[in-house]
Amino acid sequence: MTVLNSKIPQGPLQEKWKNFKASQKLVNPSNKRKLDVIVVGTGLAGASAASSLGEMGFNVKVFCYQDSPRRAHSIAAQGGINAAKNYQNDGDSIYRLYYDTIKGGDYRAREANVYRLAEVSNNIIDQCVAQGVPFAREYGGYLDNRSFGGAQVSRTFYARGQTGQQLLLGAYGSLSRQIKQGTVTLYSRCTMMDLVIIDGKARGIITRDLVTGEIQRHFAHAVVLATGGYGNVYYLSTNAMGSNSSAAWQAYKKGACFGNPAYVQIHPTCIPVHGDYQSKLTLMSESLRNDGRIWVPKKKEDSEKLQKGLIKASDIAEEDRDYYLERRYPAFGNLVPRDVASRAAKERCDAGFGVNGTGLAVFLDFKEAIGRLGQHKIEERYGNLFQMYEKIVDTNPYKQPMMIYPAIHYTMGGIWVDYELMTTIPGLFAIGEANFSDHGANRLGASALMQGLADGYFVLPYTIQNYLADEIRTPRLSTDMPEFVEAEKNVNDRINHLMGINGKHSVDHFHKELGKIMWEHVGMGRTEEGLKKGIELIKELRGEFWKDLRVAGDRNEFNPELEKADRVADFLELGELIAKDALQRKESCGGHFREEYQTPEGEALRDDKDYMYVSAWAFKGQDQEPELNKEPLVYESTEVKVRNYK
Amino acid sequence: MDFTLKIWRQANAKAKGKFVTYEVKNISSDCSFLEMLDILNEQLIDKIEKPVCFDHDCREGICGMCSLYINGQPHGPDAQTTTCQLHMRKFKDGDTIVIEPWRSKAFPIIKDLVVDRSAFDKIIQAGGYISLNAGSAQDANAIPIRKELADKAMDAAACIGCGACVATCKNGSAMLFVAAKVSQFALLPQGKVEAKERVKAMVAKMDELGFGNCSNTGACEAECPKGISISNIARLNREYFCAKMS
Ligand SMILES: Cc1cc2nc3c(=O)[nH]c(=O)nc-3n(C[C@H](O)[C@H](O)[C@H](O)COP(=O)(O)OP(=O)(O)OC[C@H]3O[C@@H](n4cnc5c(N)ncnc54)[C@H](O)[C@@H]3O)c2cc1C
Ligand code: SF4
Ligand code: FES
Repeated sequence: MTVLNSKIPQGPLQEKWKNFKASQKLVNPSNKRKLDVIVVGTGLAGASAASSLGEMGFNVKVFCYQDSPRRAHSIAAQGGINAAKNYQNDGDSIYRLYYDTIKGGDYRAREANVYRLAEVSNNIIDQCVAQGVPFAREYGGYLDNRSFGGAQVSRTFYARGQTGQQLLLGAYGSLSRQIKQGTVTLYSRCTMMDLVIIDGKARGIITRDLVTGEIQRHFAHAVVLATGGYGNVYYLSTNAMGSNSSAAWQAYKKGACFGNPAYVQIHPTCIPVHGDYQSKLTLMSESLRNDGRIWVPKKKEDSEKLQKGLIKASDIAEEDRDYYLERRYPAFGNLVPRDVASRAAKERCDAGFGVNGTGLAVFLDFKEAIGRLGQHKIEERYGNLFQMYEKIVDTNPYKQPMMIYPAIHYTMGGIWVDYELMTTIPGLFAIGEANFSDHGANRLGASALMQGLADGYFVLPYTIQNYLADEIRTPRLSTDMPEFVEAEKNVNDRINHLMGINGKHSVDHFHKELGKIMWEHVGMGRTEEGLKKGIELIKELRGEFWKDLRVAGDRNEFNPELEKADRVADFLELGELIAKDALQRKESCGGHFREEYQTPEGEALRDDKDYMYVSAWAFKGQDQEPELNKEPLVYESTEVKVRNYK
Repeated sequence: MDFTLKIWRQANAKAKGKFVTYEVKNISSDCSFLEMLDILNEQLIDKIEKPVCFDHDCREGICGMCSLYINGQPHGPDAQTTTCQLHMRKFKDGDTIVIEPWRSKAFPIIKDLVVDRSAFDKIIQAGGYISLNAGSAQDANAIPIRKELADKAMDAAACIGCGACVATCKNGSAMLFVAAKVSQFALLPQGKVEAKERVKAMVAKMDELGFGNCSNTGACEAECPKGISISNIARLNREYFCAKMS
């Protein structure tokens, strides 16, 4: 068995992080210069970590597959970022932010990590404002806030519908400053292909230059993965097209445990699928649920007519509309958390009440809000989202309600890390969406940005020193060492293998097929039978992939097909692990809904006695069954309750 | 819908490029421009030809990665729209569409429709930031900022760094991009401290990297997918002038 030592510090919850910082080891300034750190990824987590480590005096190399750090997937986040500032005087506190987050995650996260997250959240806002992030302001000149699902206070800071963009540009600015000062070296259009381990410790990576195809070796005393989530396993998702799990998957294969892979968040308000050529699903921010009301017809005949295009939403009388969230959850109404809203939409559509051609959509209606506030106010609040909707769907959402459907959005699972954000491989760290740590089975809105920046600015820069302090005697190792040579050879073999299959089908063909299997069998409602079937189908598809793939182009050139092939090969393995994890977890919690385990009213039914653990999977060899390790979750300071939004 | 596509193909930075004509058929009008290219690429792969390379990532109009000159316009015919958010319903059935990469000395071609925009990163590295170390900031509400200024700073900050302004400018000037960043910080108290060094360093870098001069033709503003206003260029000029004078 792998030993999972979570390294949670002693003391009461409120004191743990202080205690840790007071007793951790530090590296003195002259020694920092002698230590090299690799950061893979330049999203919020990677850019903030790399710049902070650079500021402290370490030698940092940072990598991203895009042409510029500013284009990392974090740029797309719309809604906002949480912090416990209590600027609105509505009773917010660090404890309350902590409590909402742990409850929102269905009590499947680590208390100490979540508390620390809430504790440093306020520093993030200070840092970003000082960087010149133009957050929304009130007329008095102070910062404005709004609310998100699952919370009853207003704690979300935002910069129009472009919060992720502004936060990332702030971190990118800090990173750029360090690049100029020479503490950080940037490698863009460069992808990590493998991890190098020497004497049991992470010591470097193998990369491929995406322009020339050149394979390179890079040494470091420690490696930090900030490579984002794995939602693209499902093909259609709200993630950027290049988001991938490859770096995390290589780390898993080299001995890092993979935590809670089954916890995949499905966002309720996305633009529905409209054709097979579709490459991507677009999110409509959760903030729309502040004013939009969600409904489907009460009568099936009406839904059928809508599906055939015979009538419009406006033809359906008020009394014939079923505002099902308000009906089922009177206390939270349209602002229930994402998992609850997504499942409720699926339930209505499965029962035949869906409203577009495919039967897979529900209405998000602003008629009442426009009547109450005037179109002008709605324009001011959500104008850019309405525009985006109209551009994609070609109907005017001020006149006809939006149609929305749930889509894969965020992955709560990821590489298992301890309190220091170190994986089960010494010297390998994982931060941001790439790790499994702070969100449990469900992530509340506006908390991923918070976690990425917390990890990068305020947690990792401390915790990594605890490890690096013991490394000051390790000299810079030569990349001619056999471990580097072998890792490079494996990468070359893999590329040659992919290029050499010369089959019939494109990479996208396999990716789309995988996506269909995942959505159907490992999607919003999971059953034992479906998961077993899904695992069979993924195995079959993987077999076909390695027999029948065609990668166009050459390996020594700019070749996006080869990049995609490499990623889909990993998705085909990770998809199976997601299904396996879902199969063993015989309960429903957060984004993981096993249809066999629900209350008579159709709500998720947790089993705290048997499943209050993190599942951490260890790789045991190609085509071997992975090993399931369990990290028990102990709630010392929080009463574990049934999650209720009624 | 059916289309004839004339696409610039160029094997790498050094190779000579040329236009190649392709046909795509039965394209749904709801298809995005990049999805239409995906369909073309599937066809090419089926015929054992090399797919057309183009840059993209978010496909949501925010990362600034997609580019393309479409019928002589950066990001195509739709106003304030990136290429990834452009839909085929904006074209007519049977149209011939000419697709080229950004063309500017400072953006060398990498392959086909993909260009190297790292010059933008170098301009930011020259000073497009506020210098502070993590952990040293005071409380975020310590300095109130007028809403109007914060909103204006946000208008400027909305630039996605796509490079359409450079591509469309007959001088290949990066003024709108630089002006957007300089303005964002010039408007906020936090950015004032280093304002002079910042504007001088960024303008010097821009010139050094081979971007041309601004001659106020306004094409940049017209083609910018994020509606960045040319008034930012006036602010940049003022900032630059003051910095030089003092
Ligand atoms: C549409 C949308 C809206 C969202 N809105 C919100 C919101 O309002 N609030 C909120 O809190 N969260 C939101 N989220 C979630 C949040 O944006 C992400 O969880 C977060 O930004 C992830 O940041 P990250 O730094 O961990 O990873 P990312 O930003 O995904 O960065 C990953 C980095 O890793 C690099 N990389 C990946 N693989 C490799 C490799 N093999 N080699 C080299 N480099 C690699 C990439 O180049 C990139 O730089 C939203 C997400 C989406 C998709
Ligand atoms: S100013 Fe506009 S056109 Fe120029 S890079 Fe920014 S967003 Fe693109
Ligand atoms: S692909 Fe990101 S802006 Fe177009």
